[in-house]
Amino acid sequence: MKSFLEEVNEKINGVPIQRCYHCRKCTAGCPMSTAMEHNPNRVIRMIQMGRRDEVLASSTIWLCVSCETCITRCPNEVDIARMMDVLRQMAIESGTGAKEKNILRFHEAFLAGIRSGGRINEPMMMVNYKLRSGDLFSDMGMGIDMFLKGKLPLVSPRTKDMASVRRIFEKTRQE
Amino acid sequence: MKVSYYPGCSLHGTAKEYDQSVKAVSRGLGIDLEEIEDWSCCGASSAHNTNFKLSIALPARDLIAAERKPQDVMVPCAACFNRFKTAEHHLRQDAALKAEIEGIVGAPYRGSVAIRNPIDIIVNDIGLEKLAANVVKKLTGLKPVSYYGCLLLRPPDVCRFDDAENPVLLDKILNALGAEARPWSYKTDCCGGSLTISKTPIVTKMVDKLMAMAREAGANCLVTACPVCTANLDMRASAGGELPVFYFTELAALAMGQEETGEWFKLHRTDPRPLLKGLELL
Repeated sequence: MKSFLEEVNEKINGVPIQRCYHCRKCTAGCPMSTAMEHNPNRVIRMIQMGRRDEVLASSTIWLCVSCETCITRCPNEVDIARMMDVLRQMAIESGTGAKEKNILRFHEAFLAGIRSGGRINEPMMMVNYKLRSGDLFSDMGMGIDMFLKGKLPLVSPRTKDMASVRRIFEKTRQE
Repeated sequence: MKVSYYPGCSLHGTAKEYDQSVKAVSRGLGIDLEEIEDWSCCGASSAHNTNFKLSIALPARDLIAAERKPQDVMVPCAACFNRFKTAEHHLRQDAALKAEIEGIVGAPYRGSVAIRNPIDIIVNDIGLEKLAANVVKKLTGLKPVSYYGCLLLRPPDVCRFDDAENPVLLDKILNALGAEARPWSYKTDCCGGSLTISKTPIVTKMVDKLMAMAREAGANCLVTACPVCTANLDMRASAGGELPVFYFTELAALAMGQEETGEWFKLHRTDPRPLLKGLELL
């Protein structure tokens, strides 16, 4: 059976993360590290030590905002941003789910928007997110202000060839 | 010059002034935009956060559509630009993935069109001299800081068109318009991106820091090339800390004397008109 480290490396399909020599440049530059329960460097160490469940159940992997500062500065070219994508995908596929539930609900609402119209209609996507998260009333005033400025059109042009978009979703569906 | 144009979803909604100002500036500089036929969303953060293959297949569909015309494709939205460049990067590097994605999209990907940001096109194809020659109203007194955020320049081996730690092209554009771009160290710091919806307090903290640092640098506004950065900067700053935020193309259109600019400035949440009127630019 593959170790957690081997599994993560295989999915990253690039520089193996054991090349990290723990200089912590990734963490020094990470804009989210103060909000994370485990900083990016610590996540690498935890993967090396096989602490699969803790990593996949952590808020860290969802708070990573994919700013790519870590991969830009890593002297060993360890793609930590890609690693976070891999970990999120593993958390979903393994049934662990997301510790930061609303972040995943936002992504789900966003992708549902593409699946139904090919393009995102921002107000519809926001309504969908609010229904999923139960966070109905935040930003209401701002939303009304933007609606009055014509920035939230309830109807916007969609992709015509929806069959091709649906096929992409169908064929990339994860079990 | 003729280029294909990929507006992306935000430019038809919350960032409509970016769409309109890109079009106005392009018209003024002789860049002919041809919208990619029947484009679809690039997948943005939500696709790559949850499903790698989906995050490559969605932009691949658009790139394949763009390949029907042998010309560069202009992508003004930083997030779309980044997803396009990332898809191109993976499709070039990984033959097995390319074959699989072509099967999913149902057409071959040749990698024949260059993915370009308007900053790159204006500086490297049009040229700063030609831009400056089109200025009829110098933006004297405007002291912007240029704010690139994350997705235009990172990772550097994927994005490539300006320095990843201290980019300079936006400063050069702003100076060519007669503004005085202020130096600061936060050009490529993060605004919080899509966490603005699900983790608002974190984003407010990040935006407040950017606003404070812009003031400390002597700036009276911030300039971006990204709908998400603009939305966060314009809407998430704490009361009292706000500075006006512009798309760089809005300022270019203003300096080029284009009429529509006033309509766009009305759409901002932090009204930039008092600043511009004070400097007799509006």
